[in-house]
Amino acid sequence: MDFELSDEQNMLKDSVERFVKDNYSPEARAKLADTELGFSKDHWKKMAELGWLGLPFSEEVGGFGGTAVETAIMMENMGSGLVLEPFLSTVVMGGGLVAEAGSQSQIEAIIPEVIEGNMMLAFAYAEPQSRFDLNDVETRAAKSGDGYVLNGHKSVVYHAATADKIIVSARTRGGSRDEDGISLFIVDNDTSGLSRRDYRTIDGQRASDIKLEDVKVGSDALLGQEGKGLPVMRSVVDRTIAALCAEAVGAMRTANNITNEYIKERKQFGTPIGKFQVLQHRMVDMYMEAEQSKSMSDMLAMKLELDDEGERRKAVSAAKAQIGQASKFIGEQSIQLHGGMGMTDEYSIGHYFKRLTTIEMLFGNTDYHFKQYAALAS
Amino acid sequence: MDLSFSKEDLAFRDEVREFLATSLPADVKDRCDRGLHPTKEGQIRWQKILNEKGWMAPNWPKEYGGTGWTITQKYIAAHEFGHAAAPIALPFGVSMVGPVIYTFGNQEQKDKYLPRILNSDDWWCQGYSEPGSGSDLASLQTRAVRDGDHYVVNGQKIWTSFAQNADMIFCLVRTDSNAKQQEGISFLLIDMKTPGITVKPIIGLDKEHSLNEVFFDDVRVPVENRIGEENKGWTYAKFLLGNERTGIARVARSKRQVERLREIASLERSGGRSLAEDQDFINKLTRIEVDLMSLEYTELRYLSMIANGKELTAEPSLLKIKGTEIQQRLTSLLVESLGMYGAPYEAERAYAGRNEAPVGPDYAHGPMAEHLYLRAATIYGGSNEIQRNIVSKMVLGL
Repeated sequence: MDFELSDEQNMLKDSVERFVKDNYSPEARAKLADTELGFSKDHWKKMAELGWLGLPFSEEVGGFGGTAVETAIMMENMGSGLVLEPFLSTVVMGGGLVAEAGSQSQIEAIIPEVIEGNMMLAFAYAEPQSRFDLNDVETRAAKSGDGYVLNGHKSVVYHAATADKIIVSARTRGGSRDEDGISLFIVDNDTSGLSRRDYRTIDGQRASDIKLEDVKVGSDALLGQEGKGLPVMRSVVDRTIAALCAEAVGAMRTANNITNEYIKERKQFGTPIGKFQVLQHRMVDMYMEAEQSKSMSDMLAMKLELDDEGERRKAVSAAKAQIGQASKFIGEQSIQLHGGMGMTDEYSIGHYFKRLTTIEMLFGNTDYHFKQYAALAS
Repeated sequence: MDLSFSKEDLAFRDEVREFLATSLPADVKDRCDRGLHPTKEGQIRWQKILNEKGWMAPNWPKEYGGTGWTITQKYIAAHEFGHAAAPIALPFGVSMVGPVIYTFGNQEQKDKYLPRILNSDDWWCQGYSEPGSGSDLASLQTRAVRDGDHYVVNGQKIWTSFAQNADMIFCLVRTDSNAKQQEGISFLLIDMKTPGITVKPIIGLDKEHSLNEVFFDDVRVPVENRIGEENKGWTYAKFLLGNERTGIARVARSKRQVERLREIASLERSGGRSLAEDQDFINKLTRIEVDLMSLEYTELRYLSMIANGKELTAEPSLLKIKGTEIQQRLTSLLVESLGMYGAPYEAERAYAGRNEAPVGPDYAHGPMAEHLYLRAATIYGGSNEIQRNIVSKMVLGL
């Protein structure tokens, strides 16, 4: 039992820290978030050069062969700077789905391109009625000749606008909440019948609602076995949750540091407000939440590599619930301790609050994961 | 980073399970599981069994009789002890004064006291708090005046747990009234049989006698019973408090409490169904369980940092705060789970002369006693508010 990083892992951590320091000052980030794209293609190229885009992929396909621990190290340190590049959508989710379920030719066509930084991906799993249930899929894929025809509505698909390919969950058989009968399809973004409404999200990122109207895809678009998509989705979503948890840990730590520094400097009644015990205790509570979140994030990254599925899923829900709770608490209290300054768009703390707010809701909010945990524990 | 258990770890787990299955006396286990105070005889009997196995002091260095366990082994042992409702050794000797003696004591003191702690020949109690010195411990007034080869001690200690059972007390006393508060304190080991010591019971909220006042009236203590240097006692006292905080999370015991709650809930009824199916109950229990898991992995992460030679500052205060909050939430929910049978409660000794069992189902005997007693958990060992002050100063620099 060991929570320490190896030398290689420490090098990775240092390198991500340096990237964030060089490229993600609050001013630089604010500017980037306001561009049309919402992130930087140059940063993406740099990430490819550093080998980060190949981090979780096996060495056979040109990856680094990293585990969930390496992904967590990367995400935690990117979370500190609220990095905007679509690493999660392209590498962890899109690439993760292809690597896990793809045929040899799909893997060869997509993964090396992702690693090189030439291809971006997105994962369209949610629907307006599904809330957080991955199995609630009304989008239909009907067999037609040699391929399929897709119809449906996918909601809040992060980074869909910049994705070359979108991986879509659609039902090939069964009722709308059946666990069986869900299939995954790799759909080119420019396929006829696919229309997007692109928008900005509060965390400075980009997302889209997608309508699929008689979208025709070939049989080679099917990712994995027909009707057996759910276990693949669950497995990749577990990894995504672990990555998000790590990102939240980095964001919480930095939010706490910013707030802690602020209350040391801000003076009222002739003294730094950090001298007031009521604020000290609040800050300690925020620190304790962040510390426990770090422990849960590390625990989850390690447990994802263990075989026991029940243990793994309990760890996922426990970590997401705890970190969701902590994200809300730290985000909201950071604003409170900043007073009026916390209300401005210009000052950095609000951006941490907003990203932490979305992390809490993505892939199941706190209440959802408490329920999941309870069902698994009973 | 790695959370897996090696083959050796699994073999060790089996050894601990086997030992507990065969060596833990049923009466000791039953009291511990219910959350009742151990009897003096039962606790000593069990600690002697532990010592015979060589497992009395997992946290001591091997040269003084420690087990030499890795942190993984300590984790496994604690987990198995908690699951089996095996009492941990009373902290006053083995966890508090023991480490002070082997860290700051002289050779004679080590030779004299450490083996007796390991074999539970001495029952120790803690003479820290005074009527005027709770969280502000350094303001203590009990005075020790040098008279030849002795100190003459006068004053009063309070909240002294199980002093009525004790053979020895370790005491903070003021040896220099003119120095700054923290700089005039010494650390003395005092035999409870010394003339001039009076122990007076304090009956607690739980109607039990676990707390005491201890009065010192011209008590003569040999100078050789002083730990380290005169007027340096505060250093040793702080070291002890730091040690106290690491064990105070009581994660394994709380995990057992979660199991008990599930057991009781499966037997209790609510709205015509099992309490275990009541959504509000499930929600409360789940939130405690997840918080407990967060605490467990935080403790492991800190132990891993220590094992890798990193220095912690006030991080263990977090373990104390969160651990005691969880203990209290658990006993509170245990009492809730009993419904109306939470209300009938009498101290154990009230039953001594009667030929009848406590009122209500068998599992109702215990939770209220523990619930009442553990209200002290967020107060003792430095109140949780004081712990927050410590983190604020030491970690956050506020």
